[in-house]
Amino acid sequence: MRRWLEGLKQLRRYPSAVLGTGLILFLIGLAVYTVVAIPYSQALDLWRGGEQWRMHPVNASPVWTDRLRGGDLPETQIISSADVPPEEQPFPGGRRLRIPLSFDYDSSAFPSEINLFLAAEEQARAPFVRLIWQAPDGREEVLGGRRMAREERISISQDWALERRLGHIPHVGLMLDPETADRPDPAVLQGTHTLLLDVVLFDENAGLDADLVVYGRVHGVAGTDHQRRDLMVALMWGTPVALAFGLLAAVGTTVTTLVIAAMGVWYRGWVDAVIQRLTEVNMILPMLPILVMVGTLYSTSIWLMLGVVVALGIFSAGIKMYRAMLLPIREAPYIEAARAYGASNARIILRYMVPRVLPVLIPTFVTLIPTFVFLEASLAVLGLGDPVLPTWGKVLNDAQEQSALYNGFYYWVLSPAFLLMLTGLGFAMLGFALDRVFNPRLRNL
Amino acid sequence: MSALPGIDPTARTRGRWRDVWRMLIFSGKRLLALLLTVLAGVYLTILIANMGGQVDELRMVQIRGEISEAVRADPAFQDMSSEERNELIERQVDLEVERLNLDQPFILRSFDYLYRAMLLDLGRAEQMHSDAGSRQVFDIIVERLPATLLLFGTANLLIFLVSVWVALHLSRRYGSMLDRSVVGLAPSSAAPAWFYGMFLILIFAFVLPALPSGGMVTAPPPEDRLEYLASVVRHMALPLVAMFLSQIFISIYSWRTFFLIHSSEDYVEMARAKGLPEHLIQRRYILRPTLSPIVTSFLLMLIGLWSGAIILEQVFNWPGLGTLVFQAIGHRDTPVIIGTVVIFAYLLAATVFLLDLLYGILDPRVRIEGGR
Repeated sequence: MRRWLEGLKQLRRYPSAVLGTGLILFLIGLAVYTVVAIPYSQALDLWRGGEQWRMHPVNASPVWTDRLRGGDLPETQIISSADVPPEEQPFPGGRRLRIPLSFDYDSSAFPSEINLFLAAEEQARAPFVRLIWQAPDGREEVLGGRRMAREERISISQDWALERRLGHIPHVGLMLDPETADRPDPAVLQGTHTLLLDVVLFDENAGLDADLVVYGRVHGVAGTDHQRRDLMVALMWGTPVALAFGLLAAVGTTVTTLVIAAMGVWYRGWVDAVIQRLTEVNMILPMLPILVMVGTLYSTSIWLMLGVVVALGIFSAGIKMYRAMLLPIREAPYIEAARAYGASNARIILRYMVPRVLPVLIPTFVTLIPTFVFLEASLAVLGLGDPVLPTWGKVLNDAQEQSALYNGFYYWVLSPAFLLMLTGLGFAMLGFALDRVFNPRLRNL
Repeated sequence: MSALPGIDPTARTRGRWRDVWRMLIFSGKRLLALLLTVLAGVYLTILIANMGGQVDELRMVQIRGEISEAVRADPAFQDMSSEERNELIERQVDLEVERLNLDQPFILRSFDYLYRAMLLDLGRAEQMHSDAGSRQVFDIIVERLPATLLLFGTANLLIFLVSVWVALHLSRRYGSMLDRSVVGLAPSSAAPAWFYGMFLILIFAFVLPALPSGGMVTAPPPEDRLEYLASVVRHMALPLVAMFLSQIFISIYSWRTFFLIHSSEDYVEMARAKGLPEHLIQRRYILRPTLSPIVTSFLLMLIGLWSGAIILEQVFNWPGLGTLVFQAIGHRDTPVIIGTVVIFAYLLAATVFLLDLLYGILDPRVRIEGGR
């Protein structure tokens, strides 16, 4: 015990160890916070995507990167009819509502998309809606009218007829400064734009909910992906997944390897021979191709991958190293003493032999963790990530599939890569310092 | 080296013959052991690749689906009654099953696979074919092998030579600014090469488009030999730099530590005390005794990099073995998958054998004790 405490004290002398520990603590903190803030089932649900992300922009970059560059790209604005008092005109058998959904627009870039979400409760006859766009300079553009279903999404940006009439994509055509309409890069008309909803309801009491979403070009801390999902979910949830995978794989492989090496040394004879031969067979098995094979043929569940990694890691080359270390220990007098008092084989192996080499194991163990974290990311980049879990590697894979670099969505690649790098550096720095503390030959170098 | 001065020449030749004989026995034993190892490894691979026979069921469903589709779509069979058509489908399915040997039990077929795999008769691919059009798995693999060997051979050799050379220098200037910065940079090697590759692609292919982002030559390949070479070099630059970046600091660090430990040995101190020139100390007193560990670690590095190839090749779209494995898995082409893993296993085994042999030559203890 004293030896360990001394080692820890010495560790404080290495700035890299302090920095590494800091990084690891930060990651652990982030992981714990994530698991508490976004429970597992909710994270899976969020990452599955779909309707719940409908009010998020597609491929929006993080807000802060734009602001740092001095840009003023728009953020998403949601204008809800609940906040606007409607103008009401009753008539026999129903009423007519005029809902002005207005918003201030002061960015110099156009929004990325405009959608209108309508929801009406069960009504005897479907209500009728007419849409009129009112620009700040008083122009009016009628977007057409339609009978609406119970729930409706009106994609104003994808109205081809409107696009032909305006000569631009609707969200550009509706919001541009008319004087610049003929230029190849029209300017935004800043000010208060309004989408006026002229609704005829054939019901005395029933209402209508409308949400006008003016999608921005930047979103949140992490931005969004091609399915409108907030990347923050994956970046945050990637942390506990990566740490758990790395830690479990590292524990699984090092501990089993050590125990098996100790068993071989203790029992000698055929046990040792079998272990040695298995190690040699394992050495020529290409790990990654086998993992890829298992991933494609069986399942890409992260737990199966973990199992295979551990199974292939048990008889790793480390056995030879531990064997060399354990061989002299076998003949040590204290082992003889243990045998004399009648300690069982298991007791000698687990309580007498294994603890002796643990200090040498610790640095290896710590430096192994990032290897496995990157292994998981590698598999995900190859498209063999866990089908449901959000991980950093899967974000990278999505980015690669959507040609993020080619399209200029650098944030999509850089943020998961940054977190991966942080994990790698944190553990590697601590591991290197530990190596020098616990391996006496290196201490003075 | 083994003979001492003052011993008569016949004893010396006899000693040499004895050495050669022991080396032969030693390498023969190792070769046999490795052959058995490869056998076990390849059989395991076959078992995993076939999911213990379950893949066959998937393939049966696939075959049946494809054949019924083909029969239904063929206008020649339009006016058949449905019974006749079903009969035809059954007959064709049987034929296909027989062609693919699916009617034998898996255990039998697995030994058949093993026997042929060991003889490097890797069979015919089910879906894929080589660029030259051959369906033989061996041809497909051999076509891809040079690309992998070119990239990984160059990178490994470069990393090895540069790191040993730099490490020797650093171990003499131990504690200098450069030395400390290399030690500080060593943890950066926690990230694999493809990770750096991604950034390199981002910077050098997209932000300042100077180099191609993937592939091995421009399409269409240039006619001129020199131009072809230049194109390959340009395409190789980024993956090479990626591997170099991810490996160089850690290997310099470990070599430097290694040399430092060995240069504090008593016999080196003794040589210093005698006043021998520094380069002589380095060559005779540091490099010679550490030669076998150096070679070992070089070959071990090779082993480690063989399997890392898949992802780097995938990221850079390099037409090598790694990309092949990935494509084969996409096609569920079992013979190709097994074939590649067999080739990987052979390459690894060859590396290990080379290691043993070099060890025997470099380390006199192996020669004298006959590999005990």
